[in-house]
Amino acid sequence: MGSGLLSWLRRPGWLRRGADGLVPWLIPVALVVAWEIAARTGLIATRTLPAPSAVLVAGWESLLSGALLHHVWISTERALVGLAIGGSIGFALGVVNGAFAFAERLSDSSLQMLRNVPHLAIIPMVILWFGIDEEAKIFLVAIGVFFPIYMNTFHGIRTVDRGLIEMGRLYGLSSGALFWRVVLPGAMHSILIGIRYELGIMWLTLIVAETISASAGIGYMTMNAREFLQTDVVVLGIIIYALLGKLADALTRAVEVRALAWHPAYQRHVEGIAA
Amino acid sequence: MSLSALARRDAAETLEPIASPQIQPVGDRRGIAVALDGLTKSFGDREVLRRLDLRIAPGEFVAIVGRSGGGKSTLLRLLAGLETPSNGTIRLDGAALSGLTPDVRMLFQDARLLPWQRVVDNVGIARGKDWRARALESLQDVGLADRAGEWPSVLSGGQRQRVALARALVSRPRLLLLDEPFGALDALTRLDMQKLLSTIWARDGFTTVLITHDVREAVTLADRVLVLRDGAIACDRRVLVPRPRPVDDPQVLRLEKELLAAV
Repeated sequence: MGSGLLSWLRRPGWLRRGADGLVPWLIPVALVVAWEIAARTGLIATRTLPAPSAVLVAGWESLLSGALLHHVWISTERALVGLAIGGSIGFALGVVNGAFAFAERLSDSSLQMLRNVPHLAIIPMVILWFGIDEEAKIFLVAIGVFFPIYMNTFHGIRTVDRGLIEMGRLYGLSSGALFWRVVLPGAMHSILIGIRYELGIMWLTLIVAETISASAGIGYMTMNAREFLQTDVVVLGIIIYALLGKLADALTRAVEVRALAWHPAYQRHVEGIAA
Repeated sequence: MSLSALARRDAAETLEPIASPQIQPVGDRRGIAVALDGLTKSFGDREVLRRLDLRIAPGEFVAIVGRSGGGKSTLLRLLAGLETPSNGTIRLDGAALSGLTPDVRMLFQDARLLPWQRVVDNVGIARGKDWRARALESLQDVGLADRAGEWPSVLSGGQRQRVALARALVSRPRLLLLDEPFGALDALTRLDMQKLLSTIWARDGFTTVLITHDVREAVTLADRVLVLRDGAIACDRRVLVPRPRPVDDPQVLRLEKELLAAV
């Protein structure tokens, strides 16, 4: 065992890196295999949980009929519109409150009060206001994503090194230059954390909103499938959510690696290429 | 006339250098004359500087030593235009100091480089015409031209301070303020930095005010050493030993002793 590990460590770099890349997949693959076996041998009833292969078939059929893409597109559109609205308002307020003490005094305590209301608790209110149309879902997503981006932008701007701001002033930077070249990059790490939280909340809110009332979207697809006991489609919907969430997270990671290339924690990649 | 000779001239003669065209010709980028009159700064009830009068000749290298809380940093921040006096005046070449000016640059104890900008972009932070070329030239002066494309985080502490020095020199300042810039460096790097600063000062001739808690550093580098105690000048000595100054020079040692007693 010991010598096996040693020889594995001594393998050529590319092979080890390839093997390294597979490590995160070991557990998911093992789970799926176990699940398939359990479903095929009847250990789990198909009514409870269909086999992964059945889910795959359902996905394939849905893809061929165009229904899957339609639902995914509708959901993504809602998510992005809500994100754009809630995210930009949260970002703007975070910047203003982070930069100006008076703005913070004026609005921060109100915002903190609102923040402590779970946004999903206002669903009945939202339905009364907007009915069950698109606006209701977009509104919920916007409210949901608003707070993480607000909090993290605010915190990021507040904690920018005062010494750097003073240095910028000393070197005659205009307020605009000071914001774009000193304050915003200094807050970026925190803002990106806010965006990652925000994306998680975005999908969560959307799932709930679409499950309550919708005539299209992944949430609708799964609720509809439930009525016809199509467990494979229900599982498919859950997996699509997982994939979309993972995709959004990967995109943010990519942005992070680019935007924070200066950060020592992100320089491993650069060294890896150079070596 | 050499700069050190200029600085070594009688204090009385350097009191009114402003009008004298031989010393400060128009367009010359040499040092600026500093005049403080009754300079007072209080924070709340606490008077940090008390009616300070001081003349610094153009191109003079002044070191200020003193215990922490003695008002050294406050004095420097006032000269930089980062603070406003509670009372009294600061004049640079006879004109009242009004806020920040590119003629005055300051080095802090920490280098204060923007970690998200490459070295050259940090040096050229004030931008302006041909900033990149000027930044590279300045980096050349501090011996770091080959590190222009690096992130500041990969540099050592001494290198970061050199980048900060290059950044301060880009605008060809006429007054350079140094707030214990070598305090956090190891002994060898410190000596290197002192040598570098001396060389550049001798070449460019800007007026320099260095704050340090290290009396030896003050005596090695400066034309004149002031001791600031309780917001007032407790001691004002010229260092007449020619440079480079051996640390075991009897005059240097005597001066060191005297200053230590005054601190």
